[in-house]
Amino acid sequence: MALSGGYSAPVTLAISKILTMKMFMHRILAALTVLVATALPAFAFEPKPGDLGFQEAASPNMVRLHDFHDHLLMYIITAIVIFVFVLLVWVCLRYNAKANPVPSKTTHHVLLEVVWTIIPVLILLVIAVPSYKLLFYLDRTAEPDMTLKVTGSQWYWTYTYPDHNDLEIEARMIPEKELDTYIPDGKGRRMLETYNPIVVPIEKNIQILTTASDVIHAWTIPAFGAKKDAVPGRTNETWFRVTVPGIYYGQCSEICGIDHASMPISAYAVTQEEYDNWISCVTGDGANADYPSRACVQKLGFDKYRSKQKGHTVTSANTETTTGAAE
Amino acid sequence: MNAQATTADHAHHDDHAHDHKPGFFVRWFMSTNHKDIGTLYIIFSIFAALFGAAFSMLMRHELGDPGIQIAENGHQWNVWVTAHGLIMVFFVVMPGLIGGFGNWFLPLMIGAPDMAFPRLNNISFWLIVPAFMLLVASAFVPGGPGPGAGTGWTIYPPLSGGGGPGHSGLSVDMAIFALHLAGASSILGAANFITTVFNMRAPGMTLHKMPLFVWAMLVTAFLLVLAVPVLGGAITMLLTDRNFGTAFFNPEGGGDPILFQHLFWFFGHPEVYIMILPAFGIISHIVSTFSKKPVFGYLGMAYAMVAIGVVGFIVWAHHMYTTGISVNTQAYFTAATLIIAVPTGVKIFSWIATMWGGSIEFKTPMLWAIGFIFLFTVGGVTGVVLANAGMDVSLHDTYYVVAHFHYVLSLGAVFGLFAGWYYWIGKMSGRQYPEWAGAFHFWLTFIGVNLVFFPQHFLGLQGMPRRYVDYAAPIPPEHLQGPFVNPIEKIQWIMAQDYGQHLWNYISTMGAYLTGISVIVFLLIVFWTLFFGRKVGGNYWNVQPQCMTLEWTLSSPPPFHQFDIQPKIK
Repeated sequence: MALSGGYSAPVTLAISKILTMKMFMHRILAALTVLVATALPAFAFEPKPGDLGFQEAASPNMVRLHDFHDHLLMYIITAIVIFVFVLLVWVCLRYNAKANPVPSKTTHHVLLEVVWTIIPVLILLVIAVPSYKLLFYLDRTAEPDMTLKVTGSQWYWTYTYPDHNDLEIEARMIPEKELDTYIPDGKGRRMLETYNPIVVPIEKNIQILTTASDVIHAWTIPAFGAKKDAVPGRTNETWFRVTVPGIYYGQCSEICGIDHASMPISAYAVTQEEYDNWISCVTGDGANADYPSRACVQKLGFDKYRSKQKGHTVTSANTETTTGAAE
Repeated sequence: MNAQATTADHAHHDDHAHDHKPGFFVRWFMSTNHKDIGTLYIIFSIFAALFGAAFSMLMRHELGDPGIQIAENGHQWNVWVTAHGLIMVFFVVMPGLIGGFGNWFLPLMIGAPDMAFPRLNNISFWLIVPAFMLLVASAFVPGGPGPGAGTGWTIYPPLSGGGGPGHSGLSVDMAIFALHLAGASSILGAANFITTVFNMRAPGMTLHKMPLFVWAMLVTAFLLVLAVPVLGGAITMLLTDRNFGTAFFNPEGGGDPILFQHLFWFFGHPEVYIMILPAFGIISHIVSTFSKKPVFGYLGMAYAMVAIGVVGFIVWAHHMYTTGISVNTQAYFTAATLIIAVPTGVKIFSWIATMWGGSIEFKTPMLWAIGFIFLFTVGGVTGVVLANAGMDVSLHDTYYVVAHFHYVLSLGAVFGLFAGWYYWIGKMSGRQYPEWAGAFHFWLTFIGVNLVFFPQHFLGLQGMPRRYVDYAAPIPPEHLQGPFVNPIEKIQWIMAQDYGQHLWNYISTMGAYLTGISVIVFLLIVFWTLFFGRKVGGNYWNVQPQCMTLEWTLSSPPPFHQFDIQPKIK
């Protein structure tokens, strides 16, 4: 934002020319994208087998990351790679020893060297302008509607809701054998679900404050376009605004010891009304349950947001475990 | 003292035949000969590479399926990750490219009889051997929750610290000492290279006539001298934090874990150029030799490396975009990092322009060089993506980063190592590898490593974090577990699942097995060449006068002491 003004006219002109070219490529590739997109499953806020790109966006943050990556960077880097590949193939075919027995003696070409220095600079300018817009947009929100404090510990996350009397939620991973106990219809995601999930309202600017109690961790939910290291002795800030109700996942993203792979983040994004109900539940009736947040999520039926997820058939053996483990 | 030694040397020479070599022990354990020390470095590098590759095979096998296959627990996994990274960086790529090819060919290319400080050269090598032993041994002594240092090669505190949540055992201390020794070795070697280049060039060889490999080594040596001491300082502070109650990186004592990251990456970023620049140099000579044309834009090539070296020192915090550094700092480091693409582009285009109009022969070294140019471009453009601080919100610490740096290092620097090996093995040993075997090895490796690393881009975009022993995916039924099952049926099963990071991990692992086979093929080629290889003459590539560097004016292998008559450069 701070950098968006102040470009001289010729630079702006050059950029706009390149942008027009980009728009043309954009159309061709957009058609291809539609073709690919129709083949994709509907629910893609989680890693899918065989997917090639980002998880689907559930926040304006991630929408902008999508735009910048899918509709600018990917075109540029694909074009560069194809260009270099074609050049290499061409020289190998045209200038192999059979096709061209006598090598030329050219060793310099000043114009050519200037051109292949200047053009990359222009391409980088085309990247830099939206890159800065994105960076400053993602940094923090000027008007947070609520705050969620995240503390990383070996090997779980503690969430504090300072707007609700420092309500605390401790999120540990559900091991595979207990998934069907806590998640209905066999829809539990191995390595991604926590006993206590966090719940956040949609359409609210949520300020995230991260810190850690022991070593460095990193908190992220890819579909929200948010990631921040949790560093002991510091408080870092980031934000997101969820636009689609649903269930979302993230995984600790800084090596933190033996169970680094086993401290996922799972979040239910629900309407404001449902969120208020959940808050009254976890601070009231549900507070005494083993896992207050999970108990209230189940009680309030938030698992309806899993409708687009497919589950496996829950066997009777698993059901028995359910009755055994639940109170 | 000095005069005495010189006199003794003269007497020695008078007494014996021209090419007299000392006995086995003196020759190989007390060597002052740059070619012998280079050979020791190359043998060491190949030996260490087998360890590094073994760890990567363990890791890829573990990740072939979700769930735990062979790792005892997550800590043992972390130890593998750490050992693989440290071994490949400090004990394979650096000794191979710098100690090995640098020692062998820098003096030959500038027409010098040896390095400036032959005894310093010897200790540089013999420091790296105990360093490696310390590092390997560190995997077997108490570390964190089990034996070994499971910190990642970045050894970030507090995880690498001495407290409860970190590594209270001896292993991290041993790894730190290993890095101290390896670092001292690098600094001494770099001082030796700089002195040699500035003082021992043949008459007429001005800086602007130096072969590009020598330019590459000169820039690399400066990077080493400036960067490695910063690592030394950082790990020494870590050592005193761990053992003597200081709190440089401990927030409870007023310290800051982020300070360590700044120091580490102030070394760590130049370090990646330290690994790639010598490969740049080697590739330039190979492309020129087999295109039968001088390198296009020689001065641009040389100063592109200087520019990469200089800018490489002011981009370090792009490894730290998500640590909480301010948004303006991120903006600066984004700009500085993007700029690196310009000199890198100059190099890529100049190599292609060197081939343009040439008369190209596709001998094995040239295959590796062309493979290098293409794959380095792929790794380069993902570097441009990662340079954007905003993008790191999605990509930091994911497999996208792993894919990126393996494209520039595993498929860049290591391709440079293989290219150099095939290019110069005839010169070094006097024997030549069978051409078909070299080409076979190239294609096997090329397909293998691309299968390993290309799918990792997809994993990263999907959000899979690095350094994970297990990942989100349903466990396959028993008859579909492991590598030796019907791959079609397995892939069909994986694709039928509603979620998971299984598919690309499985493909990546299959690629790793193929790459493992290619390593065995390489070892067979090494043995065959050394024992049965065809004997070759001095200029066995028929290097044309316009591409000539001085090593091709000597016999293969060169005499024990070369350039009795100093060459002159026109």
